[in-house]
Amino acid sequence: MNAPFAPDVVSLDLLKVGTRARVSAVDWASLDESEACRLRHFGFDEGVTVEPLHLGPFGRDPIAIRVGRMTVAIRRRHAGAIQVQPIR
Amino acid sequence: MTPLPLVAVAGSPNAGKSALFNGLTGARQKVGNYPGVTVERHSGRLTLGDGRPVEMVDLPGAYSLEPASPDEAVTRDVLLGRQKGERQPDALVIVVDASNLDNHLRFCLQLLELGLPTIVALNMVDLAKRDGLELDSKRLSDELGVPVVETVAVRRRGIGELQAALDDMLSAPFCGVHEPVKSDLIHLQRRARDIATAAVISETPVRRWTHRLDSVLLHPVVGPIILAAIMFVMFQAVFAWSETPKSWIENGVAWLGAQGSSALPPGLLRSMIVDGAIAGVGAVITFLPQILILFFFILLLEGTGYMVRAAFLMDRLMHGVGLSGRAFIPLLSSFACAVPGIMATRTIDDPKDRLTTILVAPLMTCSARLPVYTLIIAAFIPNTRLAWGIGLQGLVMFGLYVTGIFGALLAAFVIRRGVLKGSGGGFMMELPKYQWPLLKDVAIGILTRAQIFLKRAGTIILGTTIVLWALASMPQAGPDQKQSDVSIAGKIGRGIETVVRPIGFNQDISMALLPAMAAREVAVSAIATVYSIDSADNTWAKTLENRLQGRWSLATALAFLAWFVFAPQCISTIAVTRRETNGWKWPLVMVSYLFVLAYIAAGATYWTAVALGL
Repeated sequence: MNAPFAPDVVSLDLLKVGTRARVSAVDWASLDESEACRLRHFGFDEGVTVEPLHLGPFGRDPIAIRVGRMTVAIRRRHAGAIQVQPIR
Repeated sequence: MTPLPLVAVAGSPNAGKSALFNGLTGARQKVGNYPGVTVERHSGRLTLGDGRPVEMVDLPGAYSLEPASPDEAVTRDVLLGRQKGERQPDALVIVVDASNLDNHLRFCLQLLELGLPTIVALNMVDLAKRDGLELDSKRLSDELGVPVVETVAVRRRGIGELQAALDDMLSAPFCGVHEPVKSDLIHLQRRARDIATAAVISETPVRRWTHRLDSVLLHPVVGPIILAAIMFVMFQAVFAWSETPKSWIENGVAWLGAQGSSALPPGLLRSMIVDGAIAGVGAVITFLPQILILFFFILLLEGTGYMVRAAFLMDRLMHGVGLSGRAFIPLLSSFACAVPGIMATRTIDDPKDRLTTILVAPLMTCSARLPVYTLIIAAFIPNTRLAWGIGLQGLVMFGLYVTGIFGALLAAFVIRRGVLKGSGGGFMMELPKYQWPLLKDVAIGILTRAQIFLKRAGTIILGTTIVLWALASMPQAGPDQKQSDVSIAGKIGRGIETVVRPIGFNQDISMALLPAMAAREVAVSAIATVYSIDSADNTWAKTLENRLQGRWSLATALAFLAWFVFAPQCISTIAVTRRETNGWKWPLVMVSYLFVLAYIAAGATYWTAVALGL
């Protein structure tokens, strides 16, 4: 499908450690209300810059991500609901 | 009398709120509970410049007034004057992390909409500077429209200035509170970001300390090794450091018992005070050193910011059985004692995750099981060496620990698919910056824990011990009777025996099971007492093992060990579970599933051993 999406949009769980990216969309509907609330509290929102910093030792889960000036840990499943565009 | 003015300290998690609260109020704080919820209420007193006292309350950390956890709901309700058992604050101190302004100012802006007299503490300015961030607090104050004071709460810097600002503010008259205008989160976040950007004087990119440390401590290979090493040191310390203070307490209890025996005439009263109260409560408070050492480590790990990293490393494994990484620390604490372990589950946001953790915590081999394990193993397991440095006795002991851990994982797995079905709250945590906590703050935390523990020992534990003593000593035996035959406890023991005979338990064990409910290690002294009644010589310390060998089969001994891995033989754990879950439902669930497990495990062990001809 030749959708109008930028070709390099990936979900946050697939972004390489150390790659900075801009959040392009968050699938809020796939998250529980409290999970969505917590992600918003952490500052996840369209346009925000994020960067995966560390991966958990087992199954590379959870993921430590820098959001703004803060570092947060979320599970791979939740990161999958966040679409990002790498910054070159 | 009109109540004192109430000043609430509010802020996002990891803003350094508690350190600031400690700085303002000192060690004189009270820890209570908000009614109906298991959220702790920390309060303290502050004296203003003109001598007026003010009550301070440290609210649970929250990211916004839309709660995502029970703690945050309490914060919201207190601030809006809806919390039972708390009046609405007269003024606020909002704590924000200087190096995380764009996030923390969102909650700050939301709180400012309440219209309460407010001071903002721009905290951890030192860490911000370390990361190359210089801020203009004057500009921030203009943007927010309230006084801003720069602080470094863990170093007690800026506390005096903050107190002076509070002084000024509380002297001025103020008008009432507004319901918050419901600004949406997105809008607040944008404004927060704008203000944060405006307040920055300069920002030089430097390699951040926290990131450097994390690349070692969260390294996929090195990280878990360091975690294991820290845990090892912690356990060593819990056992090694506690020996001396433990013996002091034991001597003290023995001295007190002797004083009681000589001061009181023989009879029921003396028996109740010496055998019941002093011996019973004494047995429990000997665990105080271990619990405090454990809490020292927990508070230190929490204060430095490492605790969250431990949860991060362990989350995936815990997730496999339906728990979250946050359950790791409470379960670890339960190796010392399930009581502080269950209390530590308060850090778990999700109610189902928390409840599951509470239910499986008693399966971690607590230190009170050690005397029982040691006695039985010494009596029945030959001290043969299997390989270099590996003895059979040690292997059995290790096996008992491992059985407990696997039992807990299995139980969690089943509970998460049965009574507590449904997806958990996931794992979403902020990884705060590393910093060295002020030892005074750690000390305050330990003192608070000691108070809570001793208060419990003085109430619940004292009460149950006296009840158990009464059951064991009434009615009184005649001259030709054995006390254990006539007492109510003895009769109950015989009743228990009909139930536990199929799994290989004899009458001695049945008699010991009831008093062992007070604390597991009491089983040892209870068995000793039963045997010393029947025997002429009273040098039981050495011969107890021999007597056991004569009266128990190996199958019975193994079944007894299996029983103690699972059985909920601890009134304190049941009591703390009741308190933490606000009712009898969950303690009952816990007790019944653990007894069923214990029965099955002991039975399976006994019959297998008998079939193998042991």
